[in-house]
Order: sequence, then C-alpha cells, then structure tokens
Amino acid sequence: MANPVTTILGSTMRLTAPLAFAASGEYVAERGGTLNISLEGMMLGGAFFGVVGTSAFGNVFMGLVSGAVAGLVLGIIHANLSHRLTANTFVVGLTLNVLVLGLTSYLLETMNPVSLQAGIIKVPLLHSLPIVGEALFTNRWPMFLLLIIVPLSWYLVNRTRWGLELRACGENPQAADVSGINVNKRRRQGLYYVGFMAGLGGAYLSVAEVGLFNQNMTAGRGFLVNAAVIFGGWRLAGIIGGCFLFGGTDALRLALPALGYSIQPQLLIVLPYLFAILAMCFFAKRNQAPAALAKPFERGLT
Amino acid sequence: MTVPDQVTQSEEIMPMLMGPKVGKTRAGNIAINVGLYIVAFAAAFLLVSILILATTTTSPWDVMHALYTGSVSGWAAIGLTLEQATPILIVAIGVVIANRAGTFTIGPQGQFLMGGLVAGFVMFKFGLPVPVALPLCLVGGAIGGAIWAGIAALLRYTRGVDVIISTLLLNFVALELVDFCLNKIFLLQENVPTSPKPPQSAQLTTGERLPRIGHLPGFSVTSGVLIAIALTVAVAFVLARTKWGFRVRMLGLNPTAAQAAGVSMALFGGGALILSGAFAGLAGGVWFAGIGLRLTPGFEGGLGGEGLLVALIARRSVIATVPIAIFFGMLHSGGGYLATTGVPTNIVDIIRGLVVLAAIMPPVILHVWDNRRSLRVARRSAQRAVAGADLVEVAA
Repeated sequence: MANPVTTILGSTMRLTAPLAFAASGEYVAERGGTLNISLEGMMLGGAFFGVVGTSAFGNVFMGLVSGAVAGLVLGIIHANLSHRLTANTFVVGLTLNVLVLGLTSYLLETMNPVSLQAGIIKVPLLHSLPIVGEALFTNRWPMFLLLIIVPLSWYLVNRTRWGLELRACGENPQAADVSGINVNKRRRQGLYYVGFMAGLGGAYLSVAEVGLFNQNMTAGRGFLVNAAVIFGGWRLAGIIGGCFLFGGTDALRLALPALGYSIQPQLLIVLPYLFAILAMCFFAKRNQAPAALAKPFERGLT
Repeated sequence: MTVPDQVTQSEEIMPMLMGPKVGKTRAGNIAINVGLYIVAFAAAFLLVSILILATTTTSPWDVMHALYTGSVSGWAAIGLTLEQATPILIVAIGVVIANRAGTFTIGPQGQFLMGGLVAGFVMFKFGLPVPVALPLCLVGGAIGGAIWAGIAALLRYTRGVDVIISTLLLNFVALELVDFCLNKIFLLQENVPTSPKPPQSAQLTTGERLPRIGHLPGFSVTSGVLIAIALTVAVAFVLARTKWGFRVRMLGLNPTAAQAAGVSMALFGGGALILSGAFAGLAGGVWFAGIGLRLTPGFEGGLGGEGLLVALIARRSVIATVPIAIFFGMLHSGGGYLATTGVPTNIVDIIRGLVVLAAIMPPVILHVWDNRRSLRVARRSAQRAVAGADLVEVAA
C-alpha cells in the first residue's frame, strides 16, 4: 500500500493540472480586461474534441492539439462576438457554455470514439525520491507541458511589448486607445490564448488522465479556474497556488474517507470559495483586479 | 438624450424593433431590424438541421414536429409548457430589475437554490398547518434568495467587491450548502430505511403542494403561474410608473447624473440586486412547492441560468421576458417528447444556445453599423473644418 501522503499528493497533481492549463490562459485574458465566463465551455469542448481527435488520428498528441483547437475556435467565436461586435461578454459566455454542454452531450450519443491514453513519463533519478518522487515525477507526459506553458504565460504578460499593451487594455483602455493600441484586438488575442489553453486543459483531463469522455466531464472546473484567478489576486503565482488549493481539497475529499477519516465533504469543497470571497473582501481595497476588468471598451465620439 | 417617457415606451413595448436608427425612415428601420432577425433565426435553424441530418437518420422536420407536439399541440402540452416557463419567468423578471439599475448579476442559480432550500425547511421542519405553511414557504424562499443576493450587495457597497465575482462564487457556496443539508438527517435528508440513504429531501404530499389549476389529461398547471403573471404586471408597472422605478432606471441609464440628483447607489442599486435575488429565491420556492416537490442536490437544474438568459435576451423590457420564457418552457416540454424520435434530448440545449445567439446578434450588428456611421460623419465634418481652416490661412 502506497504512502497516503504520496497518494494525496499524486492525486492533487492530477486534479490540479487541468486547472493550471486553463488558469494560465485565463490569467492572460483577465489581465487584458476580459472576465471569461465561457472557460467552462472551452474546457468541456477541449475535453470532448480531445477524445475525438485522439480517436480519429490514433494518437494522443493530435488529440491534445484537436482539443486545444476546439477551445481556440470557441475563443474566436467569443472574442469576435463580444470584442468586435459589442455583445455582452457574459451573455456570450453563458450561451457558449449551454451550447457546448448540449453539443458535446449530443455528439457523445451519436459517435463512439476509440479510447487511448497518454503514456506515463518517469523523470530519471527524481522519480525515486521518497514520498514526492512518485507523486511529482511519475505522471502522464502532457502534464510536463505545464513547465513550458506557465512560464510562457508569465513571460508574455510581464516581459513583452504585447503583454504591456494587453495590461494597459485591462487597466485603462481609454489611455491605451489614445496611445495607438487597438484595445479590442488585444482583448480578442487574449481570448484566443485562453481558448487554446483551456481547450488543452480539457483535453489533458480527458485524453491524458481519464482516457475517455463523460457527459459534462469538466463539471464546473472552468468556474473553479475563474475563482482561482480571483483567489490568486490576478498574479500568476497566486493563481497557480489557487489551482493547487482547489485540486488539493478535491484530492482530500476523495482520499480522506478511504483513509478512515470522517469529514464533511461539502465543507472541504466550499472552503476555497470562501477563501476567495474573504480574500476579495480584505484585499479589494488593494486594487488587485485589473481596473477595467469586465468593462467593455467601445471607441466612441464622447 | 431621450426623455424618460420615450425611453419607457420604446423599451417596454417593442424593444427588439427599436434598435439604433440605421434605415432612413422609421418603417425602413423596422424592416432592417426584422430582416436581420429573420436571417439570424434562419441561420440557427439551418445549423440545427445540418447537425441533425449529419448525425442521425431522423429528418429535422420530425424533430420540429416532436417539439411542437410536446409543447403546444394540445391543452395538456400547453399546460406543461406554461408550468416549465413559470420559474424561468420569475427569475427573469428579477434579473431585468437588476439590469435596469445597471447591476449585472450571475447569481440567480445560487439564489434559486437558497430559495428552494429555505422553502424546504419551512415545509418540512416547522410543522405548520398547510394553509399557513404554503404562503410562508414562498415568502421564505424569497427571503432566502434575497439574503443570498444581499451578501453580494453588502460586499459590493461596503468592501467594493465586484458583484459578478461575488455572485459567481456564492453560487458554488449555495450548491454545497444544499448538498450538505440533503446529507444530514437532522436537516433535510429523507429518513428512508435503505442504506446508504439517498441525498434528497422527503416529497411533498398531495395536500402540501401548491394547488393546481385544471386536471389532466386536459389543461393542468400549477398555480405558481398566477404568481408569475401577477409579478410581471406589477414589476412592469412599478418600473415604468413609480418614483422608485424611475430612480432605478435613472441609476441604470446614467449613474453619475442619478447620484448627483440624490439617488443613492447603495440603496437603489443594492435594493434592485436584493430584489432580483428575492425573485430568484421565490422561483426556487415555487418550483419546489409546485413542480419539483422534492429537493435533490443541484435541484436548480439550470433554471436559474435560463432565467438569466431570458432576461439578457429581453434586455431591458419586462414584457418581453414573457414570450421568451414561454419559448424556453416549450424547449423543456417539447424536449421531453423528443425521446420518441430517437434524437438525443440534448438537441434542445443546442437549439436554446443557437436561438439565444441569434436573438442577441441583430441589435449588436445594428449598433456597430450605427457607430461606424456616426464616426464617418464626425470624421467628414472634421475634415471639412480643417479644409476651411486651411483656406483661411491661405487667404491670410
């Protein structure tokens, strides 16, 4: 029997990874001023088309790509409806969630994808470390993509000209517009990025971890990521920490009863949300949120 | 700017046909609007048809026919449609009030859950006689929803926490709270002899339910429908014709001017938000006492979200929520009938999503056209002014 700490740590990693993919994308979008509510739909679409792609191409890599592209397509639809046309971003987001849930559930009943699962990588030497070795260094290979994606998101936002412009659009779109930045274009690009990453996160969940697709497989994980971004105070380190908190509580909920501890599972699940609300209450005055978050920008005459 | 009375008219009666002025005449304007709607809905219909043809052996016509049969083909079907539309409509009216005050909320889901939960406690735990308990359970539902929205309002106006964010998070807290109460015998879980006990409440007995109008197999509907109708009329009147309604609308149209005129943001904006929560909570109570009859984890089942969507399509009009909510109800009742055709029921979710998209497209397209045209006009007059200035310079 494995060490319980290893078990919990390992399942924390596996439950956190899909959130972390999506969260590093949502970080980019929110810094540009879009509170992307369709994240849930993007992840679900990614999860479904990840499985379909894997089945069609007969290979996991192409499955992940298909999932990411499905998320990207949703990002493109959302971005152009809300930041080219001027539809309310929440209306579009809620609608896309409904649409994707319906579409994936519908298609699931009409097609029968062959399941395949990503292989496991054991990192040489490190995987034999006591306790953490198996949990951190023996995982499905797509998890290690996070080692590229998280730093990439941070670099894009904080160290490139594009990221500076994006943040300007999130903080003060009028000023950004006057200095020659196309605000809605930057915001659209942020949504493309989050679409791709959320799709990848969804595909990771279905193709890498589970190996098949169930109806409404993401079950609110997209909203969880929205909460994690708030919890993390719109800083990437905090956001990834938030993802670990959500993944960890989920892992504890699954593991503790098996280990003979009696807990209130609902209390455990609800704690991160309460933390997020409390964090908002106490830190709201610190103005961590991008100043123009969720405020549409329209170039006008006034 | 428009005078308030004109705002009332254009927003209340036919909001959809009174978009930005693109056509040269009023009739041309309406024609362009109607044309855009026809194109948008035709596109949605075409997409659904293609999907059905590509994935099943059933013809799209059969699917439409099944939806029609299940939703409006007879009195029983019509009753079912109205019943399904009732909670959606009540939620939607509340959201319209909040939207009118300029507050955007995504909390109806959680407020609906809290309303149903409080209603459940009133019915099962207080041991009151039914004639007292039923009205009290609806009032309790409204209070439950109002408290849940009140938390968001309190956080917004004391700590500056964004309403969208807090309502989003509170939805999850409500979901878990309901789950918790349905897993404890001393709270709401039904004490059945099986083990493990299912996480659900007891069922309301026939005498404890909201009275029904009519009898199956004819027209039969819960009396909650009357509540929904009464509320629609009342809210439309209050918003259009009372001082409170005027202040709420003023706050939504121009918060700066409203505050300068002495309309308190916290009082009226927060009040509208709490009221929208009360409506969503009441919808939860009506659903529980008249339709669902028992609480299960996540019993909201998307109804709160659908009410929110209805309100967002209707935009600022209370009256417009009625046909849209009935249409959503039709998708529910017709969807139940779809099983006979062999097409997966989830097709109604796809139809719902595409219809919502089709309904929000025309106004935004018109808005963009209108905006581009004003920019073009402004640019031209600016160029003319510059050219004039050049001439003056040359002359000098």
